[in-house]
Amino acid sequence: MAVVCALALAFVLLLPRTGASGAGSTTSSSGGRLTHALQAAVEKKCTNGRYPQDQSLSPSGGSGSTPNVDAIKKRGRLVVGVDTNSYRWGYLDPNNADGELEGFDIDLAHRIAGDILGDPGKVTFKAIPTSRRIDAIKNNEVDMVVRTMTITCERLGDVAFSAPYFKTGQQVLALRNSTITGYDKSLAGKRVCSAESSTAYDNLKADKGHGIPASTDITTVVPNQLDCLVKLQLGEVDAVVTDGALAASQAAQDPTVALKGGLFTDEYYGVAMKKTSTDLVRQVNRTLEDYIKDGGWAESYRTWLHPTMDQGGKKSASATPPEAHYK
Amino acid sequence: MTHPPKSSAAPPGSSVPTVPAVPPQPGPPAPPTQPGPAAVPEAGPRRRTAFAEGVDQLRAAATTEPGRLRIIGALLALLVVAFGAVAAWQMTDRASAADDVLNSSQPLSSAAADIYSSLADANTQAASGYLAGPQEKPAMRKQYQKDIDNAAAKLVTAAANSKAGSESAKTIADLNKLLPTYKGLVETARANNRLGYPVGGAYLRAANETMQQEMLPKAERLYERENQRLNADYADAKAFPWAAAGLGVVALAALVWAQRRNFLRTNRVLNHGLVTASAVSVVVLLWITVGHTVARVGLNDSYDHGVRSLNVLHDARIASLTARSDENLALIRRGADTTKVGDEQKDAYAVGYDTQIADLAAKLDQAGSLADDSAGKKPVTDANGFMKAWKDRHGVAQKWSDGGDYQKARDKVIGVGADPTSVCFENVDAALVKALDHEQAEFKDAATGGRDALTGLPYGAAILAVLGAAGAVLGIGRRLSEYR
Repeated sequence: MAVVCALALAFVLLLPRTGASGAGSTTSSSGGRLTHALQAAVEKKCTNGRYPQDQSLSPSGGSGSTPNVDAIKKRGRLVVGVDTNSYRWGYLDPNNADGELEGFDIDLAHRIAGDILGDPGKVTFKAIPTSRRIDAIKNNEVDMVVRTMTITCERLGDVAFSAPYFKTGQQVLALRNSTITGYDKSLAGKRVCSAESSTAYDNLKADKGHGIPASTDITTVVPNQLDCLVKLQLGEVDAVVTDGALAASQAAQDPTVALKGGLFTDEYYGVAMKKTSTDLVRQVNRTLEDYIKDGGWAESYRTWLHPTMDQGGKKSASATPPEAHYK
Repeated sequence: MTHPPKSSAAPPGSSVPTVPAVPPQPGPPAPPTQPGPAAVPEAGPRRRTAFAEGVDQLRAAATTEPGRLRIIGALLALLVVAFGAVAAWQMTDRASAADDVLNSSQPLSSAAADIYSSLADANTQAASGYLAGPQEKPAMRKQYQKDIDNAAAKLVTAAANSKAGSESAKTIADLNKLLPTYKGLVETARANNRLGYPVGGAYLRAANETMQQEMLPKAERLYERENQRLNADYADAKAFPWAAAGLGVVALAALVWAQRRNFLRTNRVLNHGLVTASAVSVVVLLWITVGHTVARVGLNDSYDHGVRSLNVLHDARIASLTARSDENLALIRRGADTTKVGDEQKDAYAVGYDTQIADLAAKLDQAGSLADDSAGKKPVTDANGFMKAWKDRHGVAQKWSDGGDYQKARDKVIGVGADPTSVCFENVDAALVKALDHEQAEFKDAATGGRDALTGLPYGAAILAVLGAAGAVLGIGRRLSEYR
């Protein structure tokens, strides 16, 4: 009964929000809308009254001085923090003889480098674990992080984000024949794996005893979400919670595991940069606008994500680029 | 707890007194009170202990010359036999410790070092294979398999030589359990790599963690424990047999005194029996001293020129293997693992490589100064040269990698590009293996020489002591016969 009430309340709370974004994304399926409804219980507006993904700087604004972009131009290379373990996002195909990274995030990094330096090849990729994304930016180890990074209110206190470039949400992954049905009661007594300092872990911690049973064991935390798949395959955990986009990547690597239930949050990926690099944020947002407008985004999606995300001929809620709402 | 009556300890009328002529001592042999209940009626009429009677008899005997001679003869024989027995016992201990050094503890310490380096090398080969991907050479795969086989074989040897229930046995059992787990992770990584799935990389990472955090520390502990055992065996074998030597000197002194007494009483210079006993004692004493000294020199030599060199070379090999592993992992992980150096975050594996190479250079210097002949120096000098070339080439690869030229750096490391670092590593390793073989042979020579110096000593000492005791008894007996 309480669950139904919460759902109803969530629906009411979310109605204006879904209406606003629904106007832009005409292809969003009814399943997508339902998951929207579910997420409202978790995702809230930041203290300034705005959604976290709607707080980036407009590409057209600014004073005209571009110290950070100039520094990159002077160096001649863009240093980007990426993941090397996310299948079809940022990964090393073991059979690719030249050992270059590939994926949806990697394509975007090349595009950003191309727009700043005139050559998409002038990127130095640095692999960073999930837990070090913010530190790497703060310590100037990288110019930006393009690494399936969710825009959250909390992170906005530490780094600046570009406009959202991908829409996803949290999802549960388990063995195909498991009794787990989704982010719900079926997780009782089960061991759930998540990545260290990921939004998935934050959700698990917040929902334990509320959205999910208190008996759920969430102590297994790994440096990288892919390590969760290893643990799932070795039988050390019963389920994995991660972004739907990454969960789909994991499921694509093992036919015996499957996504369980729909997305239970609504999240947006953004390019993270240093808080003071306002000129770079505007530059990246300009690239994103062009990238989406000229079909580059859609092509990259088709190459990397369509095979794992659009199941059974149905387009996923993520198949359309999210609309930018600048501050 | 009550003491049973000790009346049987020295039966009255015992013809061979074994106690020197000293006043009776209070003590357990003659409990003044508390005789056992059974002894009461028997002891009642006499009220004297058997011990006191023995002492009285001895005192009576000591007043006559034949009695004194009997006592002296018995004491001399006892001293010489005791000398021989202690010598045989102490030299058996030392000979078996020396044999353990040669045939048990050193080979085991070497086996433990081999287990460590085989495991470290297998892990390095697995990382290299992953980095090379489809360009993995069959030799890498073969070397990996060889390392795993070698580690498994050496674990069997180590298990056979460790005491059941000991710490070493437990460590070996743990390693035996972890080895197939590790191999399973590596094979799963390989299978996923073939399919093009990055989860293979995650499996490799899990394998690497199992190796670095569980297996290698255990192998290191095993090595340390076997080394302690080796050092203990060395100490046992090298300890001078003071008890035997001391008893020998006392026996000799007693023999000299007896002969002098004989000379003063009878004016006869030589008593054949006593002279034989003295000569035999001198021979045993000399044999012990010289034999053990020669053995000690050999053992010291085997330690200084064998074990010390072997330890340093093993350390050098491990440094080289770790450096190679770090070199590969730096390119696989692409900066995913960082470490703080001063205020700066640096790539953990790049820093690890620099540390290991510096360690390798230091260990090679040390090995060079420990090597005592040209055959031992040559491979160390070679390894040094290869190490320098490796460092130079690595510097180039590192510069490319830092500059974003990942592919060129990778080619140089996996051995596809020109002047690759892989060749340098292989050369360093081959030279170190050669140096290890040489020092192992040196050790074996010196330790065999040391151990052989003790051959026959225990038996010789025992036989000669019996001879000496017989000589003493016969010598005294000859004097005694003059009173009949």
